Amino acid sequence: MIGIDILITRISGLTQPDLERWIDNDWVRPHGASGAYQFQEIDVARVQLICELRDELCIDEEALPVVLQLLDELYAMRRQIHDLGDALDRLISREFQRALAQHPPQGKDDENAS
Amino acid sequence: MARDASLETIRSAYRKLAKRHHPDLNPGDAQAEERFKHLASAHQLLSDPVKRARFDSGEIDATGQEKPRPTSYRDYADGHAGRRYAPAGAAEDAWDGQDIGDMFSSMFGAGRTSRAGSRRGPRRGQDQHFTLTAQFLDAINGTTTRLTLPDGRTLDVRIPPATSDGDTLRLRGQGEPGDDDGARGDALIEIHVAPHAFFRRDGADIRLDLPVSLSEAVLGGQIDVPTPGGKVRMRIPAGSDSLTQLRLRGRGVPEHGKNASKVAAGDLYATLRVTLGTPDPALVAFLRDWKPDLAPNPRHAMESAA
Repeated sequence: MIGIDILITRISGLTQPDLERWIDNDWVRPHGASGAYQFQEIDVARVQLICELRDELCIDEEALPVVLQLLDELYAMRRQIHDLGDALDRLISREFQRALAQHPPQGKDDENAS
Repeated sequence: MARDASLETIRSAYRKLAKRHHPDLNPGDAQAEERFKHLASAHQLLSDPVKRARFDSGEIDATGQEKPRPTSYRDYADGHAGRRYAPAGAAEDAWDGQDIGDMFSSMFGAGRTSRAGSRRGPRRGQDQHFTLTAQFLDAINGTTTRLTLPDGRTLDVRIPPATSDGDTLRLRGQGEPGDDDGARGDALIEIHVAPHAFFRRDGADIRLDLPVSLSEAVLGGQIDVPTPGGKVRMRIPAGSDSLTQLRLRGRGVPEHGKNASKVAAGDLYATLRVTLGTPDPALVAFLRDWKPDLAPNPRHAMESAA
């Protein structure tokens, strides 16, 4: 966990008004209240990402919420898929897992082809 | 990239490639990450005049200055910490990671019954698409026409006034039948408007080339002009030349639409074309002996421009 001063010195091109605006917009969600924000590693990485999207990829702040929203949906989906994989790993037999890993079944395709 | 490429050219090429290969925009694609690393180091190299000079002179290689990319957002977003940035209202909010049952039920359809494509419950029939060619004046004035469908049904299609080429009419409940008591789909009818022999549509206005005789042009007079709503009598001023444009107010596309979307009637613009036909012998004889005081030269403008 780091504070806002350290974060701003760590990321080049980042200013405090930028960061505070992003927090107000809910694009960045640090712990703590205004004046005593604490940033975890994911928050730091997210600020870094927003800087890259804005400065290097020229996605301006009008378009940024759309990009962030889509990214958040994408990552939510990926976490669900990972969790699903973990659940299947616990819940189903090795045999079933092997069958899923080989989907679509080889034999069936061959039958259709002939 | 050319050896003498400017900083701006390099920067714009970098942005173009970076948008495609940024690892956080391509989660799970290890190759994209690798390409992005090369890209970032190439950009860093070429943007720094000192390093670029050394690269151009062969002192360092393209990857020589590569620094390991700091951990990316993806490394956290993929894990549990990423839940803090879950989109509002996502199933994840109500879900603690143990409750796999909810997730399966949303995957296997219970959470999607109301959507198109789900196989459960009543399903609305598909929309059917047809095209219909309308005569020009029918499309301007509106009409009702009968359409016979491939399945033998007939539809009375009301073409509203001022219909344009490419407009689509929707007939509710005239598409394919639904499943399990679902509603019928709609019939969508795209209208093609056939061109007219002498009217042309221009938004709400109608344009027309209007032939007039030499005497009508020189002496003026009342003539009948065809309009989409029928013939209208119009006065031609004496001495009207070819290409003179006369306007008949309110005789274009008729008023149409309702309430707020109401569109006022357009105008009809008639462009005069003086037409000689076969000259009368008396006219030929007159012209032969005709010595006007001021002989006009109709090509005056062309000669002075050349």
